[in-house]
This record gives sequence, C-alpha cells and structure tokens, in this order.
Amino acid sequence: MSLLLAGFFVGFGLLIGILFGFFGMGGSFLVTPALLVMGYPSRVAVGSGLAFVFGTSVIGALRHRDHGHVDYKLAVIMTVAMTLGIEAGKRVVDALHAAGTADLVISVAYVSLLATVGLFTFRDARSTDTTTSVDLSERVQALEIPPMVTLRGDVRVSASIIFGIGLVVGVLSGLLGVGGGFLLMPAMMYGLGVPAAIAVGTDILQITISGAFGAFVYARDGFVALPVVATLLAGSALGARIGAGVSELVDEDDIKGYFATMLLAGSVAVAAKRVGTAYDIGVLNTASIALIFGATVVVSGAILLAAVCQLRDDNTGFWCRLSTT
Amino acid sequence: MIIDALSVSPIVRAVGLIGLVLLEAMVLHVSYGVVTNTLGPNVKRALGGE
Repeated sequence: MSLLLAGFFVGFGLLIGILFGFFGMGGSFLVTPALLVMGYPSRVAVGSGLAFVFGTSVIGALRHRDHGHVDYKLAVIMTVAMTLGIEAGKRVVDALHAAGTADLVISVAYVSLLATVGLFTFRDARSTDTTTSVDLSERVQALEIPPMVTLRGDVRVSASIIFGIGLVVGVLSGLLGVGGGFLLMPAMMYGLGVPAAIAVGTDILQITISGAFGAFVYARDGFVALPVVATLLAGSALGARIGAGVSELVDEDDIKGYFATMLLAGSVAVAAKRVGTAYDIGVLNTASIALIFGATVVVSGAILLAAVCQLRDDNTGFWCRLSTT
Repeated sequence: MIIDALSVSPIVRAVGLIGLVLLEAMVLHVSYGVVTNTLGPNVKRALGGE
C-alpha cells in the first residue's frame, strides 16, 4: 500500500469515526461500498468491512462498558442468532461467487438497503410522531410465542422473535459486510420496545462479538485486507472520540437530514458503479467515487460546523444555518 | 492486499488477524484518550473563539 493511499484511508477513517461517534452507527455501510467502488473484489470488501466493524465496536464497547447499559440476555440471544445468520450469509456469498454473480447481487442488495433505510431516516427527520413505533412494539410484545423472556426496562417479549430478528440481520451482515447497528438499533427500540440506552449498549456489545465472528469467517479464507483495516481504524478511533464529544453539544435531529442524504448518496454511488462497470462508462465510475466520499465529507463537516457554531453560540450566520437541516 | 496463506493454517491466520485488530483498537483507545484529554479543552476554547 502506498503512503498516499494509507493517508487517504486514515483520513476516510477519521470522517467515518466522527459519524460513528456522533450517530452511534455508520461504520461498515460506508466502508464496504467505498471499497467496492474503489475496485476491491466483493469478498475482500465485505471481509474488510466486517474486520473494521469489529475494531470500531471494540472501541465503542470499551467506552460504554462502565455505563451498565447492556442486557446480557438480549445480547446472548441476538449473538447466537446473528452468528448463525453470518455463516449463512457467507455461504450465500460463496455460492453467488461460484455462479459469477456475487458483485452484482451484493451491489443490488446494497442499493436497496441503503435507499430504504435512507428514505425511512428522511421520513423520521421530518416527523415528530412516535405513535407508530409505540404501536409496533406493543403488538410485538403481545405475541405470546414461547419461550418468553423479560428484558431490562421491564420489557417482556418472545425469545423466538428476538432470535428471528438476529438471524435476518446476521444474514445481511454476512452478505453485505455490515455490522448491523443501523438495522438492530431501530429493531430493538421500535420493534421490541427496549429503552434507547439499553439498545445502544447491547447493540455495541453484540456487534463486537458478531463482527469478530464475521471477520474470522472471511479472514479464514484470506479475504481481509489488513492494511486497509489498520489504516481505517487508526483514523476512526480518533474520529469516534471527536464525534462522541460533539454529540454532547449538538442535537442529533438537527443533522438527521444530512445522514439520510448520505445513505441515499451511498445507494446511488453503488448503482452508478455497477452501471459504469457493466457498460464501460468511465464517468459513472468517477461519479460514484466522488458521491460516496463527497457525502461522507459533507455530513462529517456539517457535524463539526454545527459543533463550532454551538460553541460560539451562533445560529444566525450563513454557515451555521447551513450546518443543520 | 489479501493476507498471504503460505505458512500458517487458515484458522490460526484468522485468529491472529482478529488479535491484531483487537490489539490495535485497544492501543488506539488508550493513546487517543490521553491525547484528547490533554488537548481537548484547549481545542474547545480555541474553536469557541475565547
């Protein structure tokens, strides 16, 4: 790896770390598409994404360990289910690779997932209504599918449902190289009715474990690019501290619109890369790289700008009004 | 770079890789903690225009 490329990965990791520290999620779903658009083979992109998730979540778990925000019962069920799901997802990737369709299917799945979550986040950013999520968690808790378990926060829910959610997220994790935080967090909070603090702590712990297993599965077959992971991690560890510090100053809802835009930009970038490669259109390949890195720079920049504006108590200046949505 | 598979078994290689990532994460967590605790307040003051 050249020094220039290493510096680039450290810088990119720094920006991703700011997003992770601020939003509590958002590592691998940027790394894997970024590696894909940079031309890394799909299995290396997925494996390296998972190894990066593991490293980043270890740092998150170390920071959260003293807060007591972990439901171990929930974490164990989720981890067992996700481990099985990751193994299944990896086998799907291997089968697709043997059929010669891995790059296409993974790219299409990424486009769909990022677009869906991006649109939901956009809707959430524009709405203050929480009735739907309350209704959903109450309905899920009312389903008496044995065995039933009682979680922290006095939440009584079916272990089978928790297992099912973990399995589905695990398959997506093994298939796409994502940690699953951006899927598990809403699933636990809105689907199961787990309090937000417990959902965050449990999420980070089980992502650490499942990320380690996912990275192990891919590393076993030699599909983890260690220099890429190490340089990304060197930047993201610092960025995560900056992002966590900024989250004490800036309201997440002010930036949510930018976050949704970033997800949608990631979706368009992966789609553009596929079309550009299939029809040999160079400008689309360039556009996809510019989109994914540009969106990361803009959103992390907006977070830092919002923090500076908050520190200066300025919410009327041009740039400060621009930093929030 | 894909990890070289010449000399060790795939499982040992994978465990070694996980161990390296874990070690790096812990070292970075501690070292950046010292840096941000030392420089953080000054940076905050400077950005706040004080």
